[in-house]
Amino acid sequence: MSAKESTLPSVCDAYEMVVGLEVHVQLLTRTKAFCSCSSAYGAAPNANTCPVCLALPGALPVLNEEAVRLAVRAAHALSATVNETSIFARKNYFYPDLPKGYQISQFDKPLAEQGKLDIGKNADGTPITVRITRVHMEEDAGKSVHDRYSGATAIDLNRSGVPLIEIVSEPDMRSAREAGAYLRALKQVIEYTSVSDANMEEGSLRVDANVSARLRGETKLGTKTEVKNLNSFSGVERALEVEFARQCEVLASGGTITQHTMLWDANRGEVRPARSKEGSHDYRYFPEPDLPPLRLAPAWIDQSRMALPELPSAKQARFAADYKLTPAEIEVLTADAPTGSYYEAVVKAGADPKAAANWVIRDYKQAANASPDPRVEPISSGSLADLVKMVSNDVVSRSAAAKIFTIAVQTKEPPLDIAKREGLIQERNEDALTGWVDQVLAENPDVASRFRGGDKKLQGVLVGLVMKASKGRADPKAVNQLLSARAAAGE
Amino acid sequence: MAVSRDDVRHVAALARLDVAESRLPELVAQLNGILSHMDALAKVKTTGVMATAGVGDAAMPLRADIGPPIPLLHPLESFAPQMRDGFLLVPRLATHESAADESDE
Amino acid sequence: MSAVAHVRDAFARMAEVDAGPTGLNCILWTDEERALADAASVDAAATHGELAGVPFVAKDNIATTHLQTTCGSRILEGYVSPYEATVITRLRDAGAVLVGKSNCDEFAMGSSNEFSAWGPVLNPVDRTRVPGGSSGGSAATVAAGIVRIALGSETGGSVRQPASYCGIVGVKPTYGRVSRFGLVAFASSLDQVGVFGTTVHDAALGLEVIAGRDALDATSADCPVDRYSTAGTADLKGVVIGRPREYFPATLDPRVAARCEAALDLLRARGAEVRDVSLPHTDLAIPVYYIIAPAEASSNLARFDGVRYGLRVPANGLREMYESTRTRGFGPEVTRRILLGTYVLSAGYYDAYYKKAQEVRTLIAQDFRAVFDAGVHLLFTPTTPTPAFEFGAKSDPYEMYLNDIFTATANLAGVPAISVPIGDIDGLPIGGQLIARHFDEQTMFRGAFALEAARAGAR
Repeated sequence: MSAKESTLPSVCDAYEMVVGLEVHVQLLTRTKAFCSCSSAYGAAPNANTCPVCLALPGALPVLNEEAVRLAVRAAHALSATVNETSIFARKNYFYPDLPKGYQISQFDKPLAEQGKLDIGKNADGTPITVRITRVHMEEDAGKSVHDRYSGATAIDLNRSGVPLIEIVSEPDMRSAREAGAYLRALKQVIEYTSVSDANMEEGSLRVDANVSARLRGETKLGTKTEVKNLNSFSGVERALEVEFARQCEVLASGGTITQHTMLWDANRGEVRPARSKEGSHDYRYFPEPDLPPLRLAPAWIDQSRMALPELPSAKQARFAADYKLTPAEIEVLTADAPTGSYYEAVVKAGADPKAAANWVIRDYKQAANASPDPRVEPISSGSLADLVKMVSNDVVSRSAAAKIFTIAVQTKEPPLDIAKREGLIQERNEDALTGWVDQVLAENPDVASRFRGGDKKLQGVLVGLVMKASKGRADPKAVNQLLSARAAAGE
Repeated sequence: MAVSRDDVRHVAALARLDVAESRLPELVAQLNGILSHMDALAKVKTTGVMATAGVGDAAMPLRADIGPPIPLLHPLESFAPQMRDGFLLVPRLATHESAADESDE
Repeated sequence: MSAVAHVRDAFARMAEVDAGPTGLNCILWTDEERALADAASVDAAATHGELAGVPFVAKDNIATTHLQTTCGSRILEGYVSPYEATVITRLRDAGAVLVGKSNCDEFAMGSSNEFSAWGPVLNPVDRTRVPGGSSGGSAATVAAGIVRIALGSETGGSVRQPASYCGIVGVKPTYGRVSRFGLVAFASSLDQVGVFGTTVHDAALGLEVIAGRDALDATSADCPVDRYSTAGTADLKGVVIGRPREYFPATLDPRVAARCEAALDLLRARGAEVRDVSLPHTDLAIPVYYIIAPAEASSNLARFDGVRYGLRVPANGLREMYESTRTRGFGPEVTRRILLGTYVLSAGYYDAYYKKAQEVRTLIAQDFRAVFDAGVHLLFTPTTPTPAFEFGAKSDPYEMYLNDIFTATANLAGVPAISVPIGDIDGLPIGGQLIARHFDEQTMFRGAFALEAARAGAR
């Protein structure tokens, strides 16, 4: 990753961008954090509500054990230390989609602390690591819709109470690209561990960015601003550059940065300050009296760490060592957990790893993308392995195999059956091949005699003619061998 | 620690209460009166004393990730002040620009 | 006698004492037709629970589904809860019949029931005096004979203090003994549903029925519930009763002190040993309580914002709606406590006030634990420093708070406590308090039964 961002104005050259990211991720539970309402998306407004998430007088929260399990899994995946005791706290503020007038979150003693995430490699191969300050649990607020009815704001509390984890990074990122890499790596780890859909466009992953500027070489942090209203990873990258450039302009002209919340306007590509109220940000945190401390047994914490599925970085390292694949191949095969598992199943069924990689990356991925249901495999790993082996063993040619693949995706038949029925099995029988060779030599005396005379270049032509005579069924390798033998024998 | 009129105005705003200026002197006096008795606490040594976190050592009980939810015997429509098409309605945020504005005080 | 007959009696008594300009004003919401129908169902049922046919009243801060739950506040005027509190379900399952919701200080904040939006409650024993608070209405219904059992709530003494003023029994369970699901929260780490009874047996039976773990309240304890109503024994041999000196200061009204000493003599006569003990941090209880309770209240009452239920004052903008609704909806004491609570939690003050108070609270709890660990089974103290005072007598807020001086420690420490009548002072009742260690309601009731029996015998 280059230190210089070519899209930034020259005023930024003297300054270093410092970025920290706060990411909220919705957990994949069936019910909400503190009540048994469904947390599913898409219901009619306020259909998924109950006394607890409506904050009716007298209602009380009870924590969802699956939310705890997923939050701990995420903490382990980020190499964070899970605290045996953590405390929930009230974050008090008034907003119509926050029914209690406070959010149940964690403040002083969060679920987990001091994690890290590798987001790429330096030129010398060392990993670029972003430290993670904390992972804590909290509940989501409802949705406010401002432009549906004039003069009013419409509130839907279906989302109120859905469990979230907040992942807070240290200000370790130094460019928009690093921020993007962090988000992509984070999303991948979250998906691998089935903690969340982690989809920014759908709202199951949200990002607030903290960015500051300081003169290159300076170790003290500059004043940061918080950028909100980010809607995509590329939007995060663009917004960071726009805000950093703004800060550089201010600093370069002798001004100072004031701590401010900025809103990203994706349409205009601008950041502008949010209106700040006097007395803002006094959340009056105190420990949640309705929830005793969460206590996790050390044995349980250890067990859940052991039970982690293989993480992307480990899988990538293993693919490199075991299968001798290129970094580019590995990146595609490990982009998501299902692809990686599928690939390995194909290899375990006997296919050559390199060949299998090729098939999965091109043919399989293409078919998967075209398929209406992303969860259904277009072709079973066993069948694909058979096909790959058929090519490796010269039973069919590579181009015949491509045809077989397409048919197999449609009909789900075993590849060998398709090959037989379509007459695509390569002929290697020596008599048959000899027959065709003789036939071709006889039909093309001029070429034949020049070949016999030592013109080896004509071997390719002869192979082509044999392929034509055999209607593609001849195994070109075998034909070549035969012809080479004949040439050597002077026939 | 003496509470001033500005302090009372400030906490009233935080608590979304409209305190009439005419009431401020009385409230300032009452709050200061109450808080003056709290000064006794400052003199108590509590180094090494943990703040109370509930009665007993029982840890937080958890619930299984299943429904059904607690039912409402009468629907939201029957007690909500204003609804439309299933949404709760509130007056538009007076200085609204976007939701992110209002989420901080 | 049938449930229907019991319920008819309750309504007849209600008509006699509650309504009109000289009425007690203890019942806010009632539905006679529905109560009679419920009673008829109980009579017709094949099996009968422990409270079959017993009429009861619930404080207006406990959620019920056919009678309003306003918490004595304008901000919840007309609000009928769409779900019911666990304690109500348990009483109904035992066959009890809800005959009314009782008046109370607004959101349970008060010691005299003078702070209800629906007017004060009068003490049935002397109608020029307060019944106590905040559960003054429930206390009055029992003292006036409308019902034998009523539910109140405790945060700093709001059941025991009115019990003392009205001459009845009032019990506060261990924190976590009774579910808070459906009890409108005032101070979550202190609140508990409490029970008033005409006798110790009534209160014990009521508590027995409502107590026990509730999966809907994460602070409710997984602790087996004993048959408190059968805790009474003839004697207290082997029981050590502590008399904490901090509750018998030189400034205590000598008549109150005398009633307490008489009660202690009766307990000695039953075989108990009385020992002088000390709870050194007692004098910090009021400051600690009046930081923690308003702080938690300021947060618990934030949900009353006009958005989803209750009062909404129309306004052009959201901020104005919040402020107008909450200002119009909350009374002066609630407003004062919200301001105080918000202040002590606000930036810069949290450590000095709230955090400090929670630390000192631990010291108060440790005082109790130390005394119980040293071999004391029960503590005996006056419940209130005086009998019921006259309306308007306590105009200074802090002076009003001092009424909780003997009761708030038990809420802070979470220990169970009961007030039992121990005599009259110029015709006004006064209560004595028994306190036990966490989850030892059994011993507490044993002492209460003995005291009640001894007093009955002594007359």
